[in-house]
Amino acid sequence: MKILERTGGATLGFLEYTGGLFSLAGESAGFIFRFRIRFGETISQCYLLGVQSLSIVLLTSLFTGMVISLESAMQAVQFGVGNLVGGAVAYASVRELGPMLTAVVVAGRVGAAIAAELGSMVVTEQIEALRSMGLEPARFLVVPRLLAVVVMLPLLTIFADVVSIMGGAWIAQSYAHIAFDSFISSARQQIGVDDVMKGLVKAVVFGMIVALVGAYQGLSTRGGAAGVGKSTTGAVVNSIILIFIANFILSLVLFGGS
Amino acid sequence: MANKVYARLDDIDLSFSDRVVLKNCSLDIVEGAITCIIGLSGAGKSTILRLIDGLVLPDSGHVYIGDRDLCHASQRQLYETRRKISLSFQFAALLDSMSVGENVALPLREHTKLSDGEIRRIVMDALESVGLSHTYDNLPSELSGGMLKRAGFARAIVMRPDLILYDEPTTGLDPIVTHLITDTIVQLRAKLNGTAVVISHDLQSIYMMADYVAMLFEGAIIAYGTVDEVRKSPNPLVQQFLRGSEVGPIPI
Repeated sequence: MKILERTGGATLGFLEYTGGLFSLAGESAGFIFRFRIRFGETISQCYLLGVQSLSIVLLTSLFTGMVISLESAMQAVQFGVGNLVGGAVAYASVRELGPMLTAVVVAGRVGAAIAAELGSMVVTEQIEALRSMGLEPARFLVVPRLLAVVVMLPLLTIFADVVSIMGGAWIAQSYAHIAFDSFISSARQQIGVDDVMKGLVKAVVFGMIVALVGAYQGLSTRGGAAGVGKSTTGAVVNSIILIFIANFILSLVLFGGS
Repeated sequence: MANKVYARLDDIDLSFSDRVVLKNCSLDIVEGAITCIIGLSGAGKSTILRLIDGLVLPDSGHVYIGDRDLCHASQRQLYETRRKISLSFQFAALLDSMSVGENVALPLREHTKLSDGEIRRIVMDALESVGLSHTYDNLPSELSGGMLKRAGFARAIVMRPDLILYDEPTTGLDPIVTHLITDTIVQLRAKLNGTAVVISHDLQSIYMMADYVAMLFEGAIIAYGTVDEVRKSPNPLVQQFLRGSEVGPIPI
């Protein structure tokens, strides 16, 4: 009986969570489509959530590109296919690692920040004060953050793609003596504009996940400081899990077998 | 002539999970009067304010603001109703990312098309009403507890609401600031010519400002009347509470 109870409880919890998430997404979308947007706040959030994440995104993507290149270049040269390394690094960066790692880094920084900020506002009654003033928390707080992350994550992904490929090129040149031009030429042959665009589509979806999960976790906070901590952890963990699942589905849909 | 009722709780039942908060609770809020609600900690007094503001809906019963039953109101109607009612929170609940002035200006910016100059003038007037005109640019974190509460009052009155709900406005304050806050509530009622509901444990403040007093006990209103009527109530629960005595029928 206990197994059934637990399974039932977990199923209900999952349904409540996904239902709440979709409800928040729907409410936010309603405000966006009716142009009930706080543009000043959205721009401010673009800076706080996007621009301030740039350095950490650049750092992680640089080292990711470098390590892919390091692992593949030496092997490739041994087998006489060093001219393919640029393509391999670019392929991995643009289609998979660029969007996904950027999203994971942003989930850790931005998702946590959104959940902590909104969670603190819940426990100090600021959210209730907004509702009491006739202001909808979704329009007032969620929409600016959602738009900011959805706009900034693709931009960060473009930076991540470029830096990752450049880092890969530098390592390929330094350790496997693959010429920079050859590396870039291989990358350009392997990757087309459509690959970049599809990577950016992924970034948009990941941005929605990060912002909505962070906001939902924050707004569902119960209890005091411990509740805020729990929401923040939940925002990061759940965002990352959903990003991985969404990445698989999007790769299947966008890239299929190609 | 009977007093006109601004808000009415009609036979409210409300539980949170397994905990019964209100049971068969009915209360009339008289227009133009200050009604104080007293009762033990955790009795559900703040929940009554949230019911009147439409932030919480009851399991059964009705909450009327004028003729509108909030239990059957749409989301839009609830938001419309809330614009006529202001809730002043126990810890002010000012948005900590904004200055005091911006906090007070927020309802005006969101609900009116007034110019920046007009908004600033109204905000300064509201801050002046509570003696805080010098704090316009301060962050909430830079204010003391009493100043925070008064800044919360300024935000509550800036839209000139019909009804102001004060949640424990004097809790945790020294006697002088308590007196100042009580005075401010009375003055604001007079200035706005409106209605107020005050939750408080401070009997001296209540005697000073209340037109009506209601006592909540075990989820229901057990005494209601003018200050004198309630003070003279024969109900032993009321008498024990007003005496602040451990001896009596109220289980400690």
